[in-house]
Amino acid sequence: MQLTSHEFKQNSVKALADVQLQKALRNVEKNFIEKRAKAAEALPEFDALRDNAKAIKDHTLAHLDLYLEEYEKRVTESGGHVHWAENAEDARRIILEICRKRNAKTVTKGKSMISEEIHLNDYLSEHDIEPVETDLGEYIIQLRGEHPSHIIAPAVHLNKDQVEADFRRVHTHLELDRDLTEPVTLLAEARAVLRQRYFQADVGITGANFLVAETGSSVIVTNEGNGDMTQTLGRCHVVVASIEKIVPTLEDTSQILRVLARSATGQEMSVYTTFSTGPKRAEDPDGPEEYHVVLLDNGRTAMLGTEYQEMLRCIRCGACMNHCPVYHAVGGHAYGSVYPGPMGAVLTPSLNGIDKAGHLPNASTFCGRCESVCPMRIPLPKMMRHWREDEFERQLSPKPARFGLGFWAFFAKRPALYRAAVSIAMPIIAKLGGDRHRLKSLPLASGWTTHRDLPAPEGKTFQQQYAARAKAEHHG
Amino acid sequence: MSLNVPTTTPRVGLFVTCLVDLFRPSVGFATIKLLESADCTVDVPRAQTCCGQPAYNSGDRKDTADIARQVIETFEGFDYVVAPSGSCAAMLKKHYPELFAGDPHWEKRAAEFAAKVHELVSFLTDIRGMTDVPGSFDGTVTYHDSCSGLRELGVRSQPRALLGSIDGLDLKELKDADVCCGFGGTFCVKYPDISNAIVTKKAANIEASDADLLLAGDLGCLMNMAGKLKRQGAKTEVRHVAEVLAGMTDAPPIAGSGR
Ligand code: SF4
Repeated sequence: MQLTSHEFKQNSVKALADVQLQKALRNVEKNFIEKRAKAAEALPEFDALRDNAKAIKDHTLAHLDLYLEEYEKRVTESGGHVHWAENAEDARRIILEICRKRNAKTVTKGKSMISEEIHLNDYLSEHDIEPVETDLGEYIIQLRGEHPSHIIAPAVHLNKDQVEADFRRVHTHLELDRDLTEPVTLLAEARAVLRQRYFQADVGITGANFLVAETGSSVIVTNEGNGDMTQTLGRCHVVVASIEKIVPTLEDTSQILRVLARSATGQEMSVYTTFSTGPKRAEDPDGPEEYHVVLLDNGRTAMLGTEYQEMLRCIRCGACMNHCPVYHAVGGHAYGSVYPGPMGAVLTPSLNGIDKAGHLPNASTFCGRCESVCPMRIPLPKMMRHWREDEFERQLSPKPARFGLGFWAFFAKRPALYRAAVSIAMPIIAKLGGDRHRLKSLPLASGWTTHRDLPAPEGKTFQQQYAARAKAEHHG
Repeated sequence: MSLNVPTTTPRVGLFVTCLVDLFRPSVGFATIKLLESADCTVDVPRAQTCCGQPAYNSGDRKDTADIARQVIETFEGFDYVVAPSGSCAAMLKKHYPELFAGDPHWEKRAAEFAAKVHELVSFLTDIRGMTDVPGSFDGTVTYHDSCSGLRELGVRSQPRALLGSIDGLDLKELKDADVCCGFGGTFCVKYPDISNAIVTKKAANIEASDADLLLAGDLGCLMNMAGKLKRQGAKTEVRHVAEVLAGMTDAPPIAGSGR
């Protein structure tokens, strides 16, 4: 998708006026938060597990090259192929080549944010290969020509009625009296259609939640089982994953899995957790004949050793956006980037450049709720602040804001001047407030007064009053 | 007061915060009263303006560091530095040391300074062992947990405990008390529409609580919520928690009373 985070403000105004979207967002706010809280509460060692998970990833990132090499070795030993992709273009090209070799017309896809990151669907379509999304949410937004608005619940911005209308529009075989009013009936309809697509598919493409160095396995978690079908029914399985998905051992994987689903959906475990190691062996009842892994860098190694390295611990659980008041207000599409919410506000500038990421790191109140729920303890506000510093240093932040800040800082650094200035200004503003002690509008403060009254100052500043009292006491 | 409180009277430097200085001096005087009733002597250095948060959160590290050095120099002679604001206290306590990390001159100084800094209510309870307050109040109040105080400094039970010690005060928990009010410093003027959406939800929860009075420990959030409540014609009054704890409620509430 095109990066449009420069239009964040316009997007958010639209999102705030979208009644249907606002209704859908209220569900995010309620369901995900309650479920995570319950799951965390039910597990006394949840916080200790988070510390563990963080430590595992920190260790891995410190030795990333070693673990990646180890992983490649194991994949090769098990009969699979590892392809290294430096950027999105490389990854797309590698995947296309694999598909072409198999003469693929149709590929099924399990949900993968990486394939969004490299714009894979558009690319495959342009090259006459039809990608079919198999995750229900992804399938729906594919029908609509949209992009995910959430990293684990891609269609969370839609409601049942919209989905029913989309199915009726696209699934032309549907009888009018067919009941599609409930999520289960919608799911059944999507399943019926997708089932055929699985068998048509020449290649199945999935992402990976983890890559296990010890065994050369890729791991995906889903709740619909679509990932398993995608990777076992196609004759060729392509895993596309970014390099930081690596974990050293199976034991490490299970540790992190314990915090993943709880943080994401409040489940103890996702319904399906599937480990794939290489292609089908002679004794296996099913599985693909070919197994490929495309390892994508796309800016990640450049994050190592910088103040953004900790972002590479992210396991894409979505808890940060589920708890973010800004995400609740505007939804994922407003961010105009593949990755929305707090994690996107840090990751998108890392991947695309801060000059292109526009508002993202700024559109946060720094309330810190994202960090407080992040299972990997990623200091998201701190890293957003680093991006703001980057912007400020490179003079990318808006001129009026820089000017205002400079003006304010000039006084803040000169206490005597500051006191003189505010001693004059505050009583005047206080007068404007009158007996109601508030102002309906104030020139230059419309950002505030459009939506709120401005509480009036009490009159003289504290320092003025304090000095006057001290003087009176001295004389009295 | 508990027995393990030191018997000497500590000298506290009051970091009054720019918003209290400019908009709500009564909070400063309530703070002094509370600190004195917790057996502290209080001094208010004249050479203070602001903690530097607007610059810090806008990415202007240089001005922030200049301001931070000024604050540290002004306050480092005190036994404690107390601010009636979770976010300013967190700025001094948590972010100044980050700001000077690796700085040969200032790293240690910032860390030593930070160790003395406290948010007002947690200072009263956790450091001074205060369990009774001079204030009195008759009516229903509700409490909003401002983000920085809550998540950076762990201020949650302390204000509730002190409010609970006041006879006649009925504390009703606010739904989603720990969710941001949408103030966020400069956020509220940079993204006014989103800020409005967030504070609108907050105001609805406040009104639904049926409390007569909304309290919190941070003036920025209070001004935001009070401004919204009054714009909507709500009758809920709004004050800084220090005013009620100190029993200094003669000043009109923030943004006035009545609809
Ligand atoms: S930043 Fe943390 S909370 Fe957000 S998606 Fe990543 S792991 Fe989950």
